[in-house]
Amino acid sequence: MLDDFMTRAALAGIGTALAAAPLGCFVVWRRMAYFGDATAHAAILGVALSLALSLPIFAGALVVALSMATLVTALSGQGRGVDTVLGVLAHSALAFGLVGVSFLHGVRIDVMSFLFGDILSVSRGDLGVIWGGAALVLALIAWRWSALLTATLDPDLARADGIDPRREDLILTLALAIVVAVAIKVVGALLITAMLIIPAASARPFARTPEAMAVIAAALGMVAAFAGLRASYALDTPTGPTIVCAAAILFAGSSIYAAIRGRLGNG
Amino acid sequence: MTAPLIETRGLSVRRGGAVVLDKIDFSIAPGEIVTIVGPNGSGKSTFLRALLGGIRPSAGRVTRRAGLRLGYVPQRLALDAALPITARRFLGLPRRVGPGAAEAALARAGVPEIGGHPMAGLSGGQFQRVLLARALLGRPDLLMLDEGAAGLDQPGAAAFYRRIEDVRRETGCAVLMVSHDLHVVMSASDRVICLNGHVCCEGTPEVVAEAPVYRALFGEGTQGALALYRHHHDHVHGAECGHDHGPQDAKADR
Repeated sequence: MLDDFMTRAALAGIGTALAAAPLGCFVVWRRMAYFGDATAHAAILGVALSLALSLPIFAGALVVALSMATLVTALSGQGRGVDTVLGVLAHSALAFGLVGVSFLHGVRIDVMSFLFGDILSVSRGDLGVIWGGAALVLALIAWRWSALLTATLDPDLARADGIDPRREDLILTLALAIVVAVAIKVVGALLITAMLIIPAASARPFARTPEAMAVIAAALGMVAAFAGLRASYALDTPTGPTIVCAAAILFAGSSIYAAIRGRLGNG
Repeated sequence: MTAPLIETRGLSVRRGGAVVLDKIDFSIAPGEIVTIVGPNGSGKSTFLRALLGGIRPSAGRVTRRAGLRLGYVPQRLALDAALPITARRFLGLPRRVGPGAAEAALARAGVPEIGGHPMAGLSGGQFQRVLLARALLGRPDLLMLDEGAAGLDQPGAAAFYRRIEDVRRETGCAVLMVSHDLHVVMSASDRVICLNGHVCCEGTPEVVAEAPVYRALFGEGTQGALALYRHHHDHVHGAECGHDHGPQDAKADR
């Protein structure tokens, strides 16, 4: 079954969506979209380093993404506007990564495949990494769910209950770095944030509890991955961006539903 | 004398070079109701956060009794509109409670029918009650309230504080409140601490209300409700306050 590239691509997309969507809920609740961007952009630098040092791409992307995410967490903890610093860090990492890759003669690589993903070339090994990473992220979030949620509502509330909010921040940081490293092959560095926040935002109007929102987001993410993959095959379009387009269409539908329900509720 | 639930010795907090809290010595005993009053910017909320561990002191230390269970009612909760949560689910954070226990807690709090309502849709009074109900579910030894009655009207605030007294009577937990809602708060307290960067005066409500230091901070006519909100000046080191209290203050200054 795994011999078919379309099957492997579908499994890769579904695995990524499954891990990204619940994590994306926290990204939305904590307004950390910038955080996903900075981490994902840094991963390109990791790709360049991996290629230069002949390391697995996943490992390099994970290490650099984790470093960037930790740095961003530390900066956010300062409580000041770190917008500018984040912009500088994220885009510098991306630029240095792209320049670094261009120095690597003899390695035939297509930078585009890391910026926008190359889901159709996912190997059995990649699939193992993607599902392993996704399972790890889901396990992390499920394990810390209540503490993460309490810390998201109010850090002082969490402290009174014996939860260290900084520890929960680090858990999210780690989960985010893993998702970035896993998803770079699927949707690419530039569109990872989309897979985090669009399914979560689309799920919001249908959910009354945080748990429901995470589950619905995961379902919508998987639908987007599958529909995007089929559409890109039928229309001969790049797969990563097509998946994000499918997610965006789901978001539009969800927003229209919310607007109509709001009008009916008020009318 | 039993060991204090929580105690500070020489607790100081600086922020951006400015001293927000200066050498605070404080302790609260089991079952005691203590209110901290002070004008805006006097460091009341900072003090609570330092007790919770959210702010690192620049000097001094905070000691908790081992195994102390805290219940915390924040001034308000900045609920993001993107986060859907019902009152029932909120009560179960971070420790899950069964639906029965959640409904019972809401009933005790006087809001029995809002379990399925989204937190974002509750009125100010309902929201405060749910916050308090959640804090009590953890069976705290010490309940901490930051402007617990913020956003409530006068009768609502009075009812809220009566409920706090009931809670103490029923569970025996100590209560530490921060407030500028003086006239209502004070009558319910065993001890009042007047804070303005440092401890200006401290004692029973009657003693503090009579203290010139306190009157200087909160206005002359402490009988009238309105006068209480008229803060004549923020703390300035003058003759009437701070470090050279007259002999008549000795009692209040402890």
